[in-house]
Amino acid sequence: MSASTASTNYTPKTKVGRITNFVDERVGGSGILREFGRKVFPDHWSFMFGEVALYSFVILLLSGTFLTFFFDPSMTETVYKGSFVPLKGVEMSAAYNSSLNISFDIRGGLFMRQVHHWAALLFVASIAVHMLRVFFTGAFRKPREMNWVVGGFLLILAMAEGFTGYSLPDDLLSGNGLRIIDGVIKSIPIVGTYISFFLFGGEFPGTHIISRLYTLHILLIPAIILLMIAVHLFMVVVHKHTQYPGPGRNDHNVVGYPLGPVYAAKAGGFFFIVFGVVALMAAAFTINPIWNYGPYDPSPVSAGTQPDWYIGFVDGALRLMPGWLFGIPMEWHVPLPWGTNTLTLNVLLPALVPAGIIFAVLFTYPWIERWITKDNREHHVLDRPRNAPTRTAIGVAGFILYCVMWAAASSDLIATHFHVSLNDVTYWLRALFFIGPIIGFIVSKRISLALQRKDREIALHGRETGRIVRLPHGEFIEVHAPVDEYKRYKLVGFESPLPLPATPNAQGVVDRREKRRAKLSRWFFEDRVAPVTPRELEAAHGHGHHEEIAAEEDKKAVIR
Amino acid sequence: MGDHSHDSPTGSDVVAAAGQSETERFQDPGIPPHRPRLADTDPRAAKRAERQVAILFAVSVIGTLLFFVGYFAFDPNASIGTLRLQNLFLGLGTAFAMLGIGVGIVHWAKTLMPDHEVSEERHAIRTEDDRVAAEKIVEDILEETGIKRRPLIRNTIIGALALAPLPAIVMFRDLDNSSLSVDRLRHTMWKEGVRLTRDPSGTPIKASDVTIGSAFHVIPEGLNESPNKLEEKAKAVVLLMRLDPAALHPSPGREDWGYNGIVAYSKICTHVGCPVALYEQQTHHLLCPCHQSTFDLTQECKVIFGPANRPLPQLPIKVDSEGYLVAQSDFHEPVGPSYWERG
Repeated sequence: MSASTASTNYTPKTKVGRITNFVDERVGGSGILREFGRKVFPDHWSFMFGEVALYSFVILLLSGTFLTFFFDPSMTETVYKGSFVPLKGVEMSAAYNSSLNISFDIRGGLFMRQVHHWAALLFVASIAVHMLRVFFTGAFRKPREMNWVVGGFLLILAMAEGFTGYSLPDDLLSGNGLRIIDGVIKSIPIVGTYISFFLFGGEFPGTHIISRLYTLHILLIPAIILLMIAVHLFMVVVHKHTQYPGPGRNDHNVVGYPLGPVYAAKAGGFFFIVFGVVALMAAAFTINPIWNYGPYDPSPVSAGTQPDWYIGFVDGALRLMPGWLFGIPMEWHVPLPWGTNTLTLNVLLPALVPAGIIFAVLFTYPWIERWITKDNREHHVLDRPRNAPTRTAIGVAGFILYCVMWAAASSDLIATHFHVSLNDVTYWLRALFFIGPIIGFIVSKRISLALQRKDREIALHGRETGRIVRLPHGEFIEVHAPVDEYKRYKLVGFESPLPLPATPNAQGVVDRREKRRAKLSRWFFEDRVAPVTPRELEAAHGHGHHEEIAAEEDKKAVIR
Repeated sequence: MGDHSHDSPTGSDVVAAAGQSETERFQDPGIPPHRPRLADTDPRAAKRAERQVAILFAVSVIGTLLFFVGYFAFDPNASIGTLRLQNLFLGLGTAFAMLGIGVGIVHWAKTLMPDHEVSEERHAIRTEDDRVAAEKIVEDILEETGIKRRPLIRNTIIGALALAPLPAIVMFRDLDNSSLSVDRLRHTMWKEGVRLTRDPSGTPIKASDVTIGSAFHVIPEGLNESPNKLEEKAKAVVLLMRLDPAALHPSPGREDWGYNGIVAYSKICTHVGCPVALYEQQTHHLLCPCHQSTFDLTQECKVIFGPANRPLPQLPIKVDSEGYLVAQSDFHEPVGPSYWERG
């Protein structure tokens, strides 16, 4: 072996050297350290959302393991004998009983439950915000399309993990949540009723659902999430991290801090900060006080019920959909040769269609944009959202669609808090569901273009100093200070592609698909603000005194 | 701000000028020069930062001690208020322990560790050589298996692989270990003569107990002793209300389903099955708190707002010889959310 010959040539002199040598001669690893020890990572606050997601998952594993030692996932009927007085002697399932015991009779159990629940809410939230960051900065472009898809799966898995966990305590609130899920499943044509029977082991609620959800929650879904995180991080290493545009940054390099020590310290320290913040929330803010709800019983329900936030958009969609639309029933009785079947669109449509559209667009968007722009290059420098106005507008439209549904999940609380009619809130939200995304698209696109114009203004004429000077002939002007070349490069160093007209294919024909693509390309790129060129800058300065130019133009603006 | 003609976004001259040729673009000035931090130049500032980091780590130690105080100092059998205080101690202790370390390390990294930005080259993920070689290897492997030349093997293995996972799916048949009868969704515990009793105590209700404007949450008699209590309850719960008989407008054939203005309706929402628990006495509206479907009691619980489509099923009731309210029969239709086989 060459390793043995190498070891005779190399004699470590320091303690670190001796340890390294010992490990490397046996299992290798110095190569990995050499590759990664000083690997460069770009730094930006918005890159932390993904870290928050990773760290909250670690917190979930730690706190969740603690909870499994005391939780009993059984629906066997038992009588509560714990120390929470109001529920003493109440019949309940073993699952609810053990959840109460964790809260009241295991020291630190309540704290762990709250850490687990807050971390779960944070986990889904940070994934969502991370994906928004990736979308708006164009980080999903080649070569990262597949990692974007992995991220999308992680979001769905996180929501599934959250929902299965939310149901486990078998309290009244989560039981009603399961009841809604049962109603939604039953609306699925042909197989829905049977899926419901299989899931609940018979009729709702049955005695199996908690233990089944438990297996999913602590074994299957976390295992898949772990696998997906491994794939996700592996791809991050393969691709190296993206970076924001700026001086010295381009698609062929990566500028930032070396992993050791700065980046590792910042990222490692950040884990403790995330844990600390979650602990602070768990200390001060009650989450899911299951003891207030009581055990699950199909008859009572508390007013103002809310699902966990990430399920809210589906629940809100269920609330928005009217059962009757302009006098047309949304439940259809379909005559078929063997009898009449029921298609309950008032449940099926809102439960599946909006979420289906959002995730379908999310998963395919990198390919849609690549097809429209015909951009097959690798991108490692991010777009500032303003410099991709149409993409930003699409993202805002989707975000507003989501938020309208999300708000609808609290329609009753909006009504009671703001003293407005519940029916009016629903009517407004129904209208916003259609109008909101369109307004959001137009407004955010205009804002992006306006910000680009502001960038041009600053690059050409410098920044406003706030210093007002009176000229000899009596005119007041504000002095503009030119920006330095680094700042200016950030403002001008972006691409502003032109619409790509339809081009003939190999047969020399412009087919309909290509025409459609050209139309979309025009829609994507026709409104554009070109980056400042050196010639323009020279021209702007060439008219004599810079300040005078600014003054001159301000005057023109006033006259107009 | 002026609308300067030369930065108009749609001006054709700008578009022409902004071609992507290198001479028309600004040169990248490179990474900006490093700006030294206070701690880089002033040894006293560095010393101060060092002390701050050490203090933060000390805060962490105090936080850990606080956790132990919270864990051991409280009586485990004390009141809820004590428990809340203990939770606060444990949480604050953990928070300080973690934030002390985290903020300390980050402060250390930001003030004392070198903050020179470094540039590293990116390399192509894979070379074209590799790609060509990989393609050739795959082609060669496929060629050597002969799968393209021997369609018999190809088709039989596809068939076998398609069928082999089926047992794994069929195995789950007994997730519902019954005959899978859809019919069970049509029936509840109600039948002729079953008394209406209060939820949850199970005491029967006399017609004379039900005054105008009152509402009762009702379960069938014997539910609490039923072996499948929750499953039966999930279908059988009923809301009982009495209003002025003149306010009710029963449809033909349903005139005698109530008694003297007392009517009983399924409490399970026809939308997705939440309990319709809110009765608005003045308007005679029933509201489901989950998705706000609203039913009008005076119109046989017709949907007047929200996502539900069907009225709540009515339970026909009468009075037995002792004056107790009893069911005339089961519901005439399945209760709760719609399903495909409902018809």
